[in-house]
Amino acid sequence: MKLVACVKATPDTTAAIKIENGKPVWGEAPLVINPWDEFSTEAALKLKEANGGTLTALSVGGEEAKIALRHALAMGADEAILVSDPALGAPDPAATARLLAAALQKIGGVEVAFFGRQAIDDDSGLVPAMVARLLGWPALTLASVVKFEAGGLRVERAVEEGRQIVTAKLPAVVSTVKDIGEPRFPSFMGIRKASKTEIPVWSLAALGLPAPVVSVQTLSLSEAPVKEVVCELVSGSPQEIADKLADKILGEKLL
Amino acid sequence: MNTWVYIDHFKGQALPASWEAVGAAKPLGKVTGLVFGSGVEALAKTAFENGVDEVLLADDAALADYRPEVYASTLKQAFKPEACDVLFFPTTSRGRELAAMAGVDLNAGVLVDVVALEASGDRLTVTRPVYSGKVLAKVTTAAKPQVVTVRGRIFARPAAQAGKSGTLTRIVAGGGALTAVEGYSTSEGGVSLTDANVIVSGGRGLAENPSLQPPAGLDAKAAEVWRAQQAFDLLKQLADVLGGAVGASRAAVDAGYVPYAMQVGQTGKLVAPNVYIAFGISGAIQHLAGMRSSKLIVAINKDAEAPIFKVARFGAVGDLHQILPALIAAFKKRLGK
Repeated sequence: MKLVACVKATPDTTAAIKIENGKPVWGEAPLVINPWDEFSTEAALKLKEANGGTLTALSVGGEEAKIALRHALAMGADEAILVSDPALGAPDPAATARLLAAALQKIGGVEVAFFGRQAIDDDSGLVPAMVARLLGWPALTLASVVKFEAGGLRVERAVEEGRQIVTAKLPAVVSTVKDIGEPRFPSFMGIRKASKTEIPVWSLAALGLPAPVVSVQTLSLSEAPVKEVVCELVSGSPQEIADKLADKILGEKLL
Repeated sequence: MNTWVYIDHFKGQALPASWEAVGAAKPLGKVTGLVFGSGVEALAKTAFENGVDEVLLADDAALADYRPEVYASTLKQAFKPEACDVLFFPTTSRGRELAAMAGVDLNAGVLVDVVALEASGDRLTVTRPVYSGKVLAKVTTAAKPQVVTVRGRIFARPAAQAGKSGTLTRIVAGGGALTAVEGYSTSEGGVSLTDANVIVSGGRGLAENPSLQPPAGLDAKAAEVWRAQQAFDLLKQLADVLGGAVGASRAAVDAGYVPYAMQVGQTGKLVAPNVYIAFGISGAIQHLAGMRSSKLIVAINKDAEAPIFKVARFGAVGDLHQILPALIAAFKKRLGK
């Protein structure tokens, strides 16, 4: 099978994000592969191992995106491609989706494009369904189980009501949730291979696209106000603690 | 402004977030509700009673199961630019996906997971949390229509008006099916985490109960999981007494105590209940990111230095395994259960 994992570099989940001069900063915290994309890369590798084929890691961004691509390579992706261009600016989800859709078409013959459910920086979660719509492929989002069956995919989707079981023909877009299974750690050999792999860079011209039109404008960023909370500690025997907590919680009239 | 609101539902039962989206749209002008499904005429009536002025109803066997491409095509076919300035969706799994597809189909700007909005003329500026709520972004779009998904439990739903009616227009279902729905596996049951008013949540500390003797024959790991599950059973009892749901920290999920569906945090569910009670959860940044907008946070932990106490209004330093059963009894007594 010809598989692609679309990945993004984001700050680590433990990074303390601050806003300086209107831009987000996170001190010394390293950029990592978006944690959700680790799960989708794992899902792609499992599918590849079960059915044979190749996995290409694909990202849109600047030099920093290579962090995510190299992580996917170290996990076991066969090759990586970066879509990058000085004219890219800061693409919004729709612009990113157009770039990824064009890159998937240029790669050619792709059967499944994998995405994490969302990126933990912008948190939009829009790109997988947008790419599917642009390409006219089925969107199998929020997948917790992905199987290749009868020439198509059979997935279980984690939705509000439980699991929805959906089938579709290939090619398809799949976005995954954490239930897909713990991502493997890159092996020593994998990390060596990843550091040596040449990552081709595709420009807008290579994709035959004009500079992206960004329809969502960010006007300002601010740190979310942290509620100043002074914790009132209750003490006593477990029974006393329980009585005091129950009274205080009920006293807030929120139940 | 004219607004359209997608009424998200499962088998004809609207998700509460749908009415909250109506509540967000209502101050802007006329609200047209989009009701798609099969045998969902009753839901159209419910929509009128919940603040919707007009309904576009696509009632067709082809829409029996939600399939994003078919629902998106239904919307695209019905869309009239002169009739809709803002297209609202609740930020549910279906709402987010349809908003993405509508964004592509209508060449619109999509503003997702919005927690506040202001209108100037027919242009919206919205606030949305990014970086898991650590940062608030003010965003806008010049594209028309403006597509907005509304975060749950932020906007008030309109007051229900029994018997209120409105104009119902039938529209045809779109085509282009690419997926087939085989069915649903058993639902997790109980109150859903994201809709819950009260969440009681457990962490690694739930397993730390050495006095509890596991059944013979369990190895150390299995005994740890067994101990944690006994404590999670108690959490479920407390949740039932309070009419709430049970959540868990990532540490508890990673340790195999409970399924991922229960995880609260940056890589789990984002929740904002009225009351969040954390047992044996230290309060890692990624957990706090998922629950800190809860109205009242209560923490029970044996470690007085645990970061969870920095966001908690009430707390107790002590052995949760002794406090939890006492708390269940205390609430039962006070609530007459």
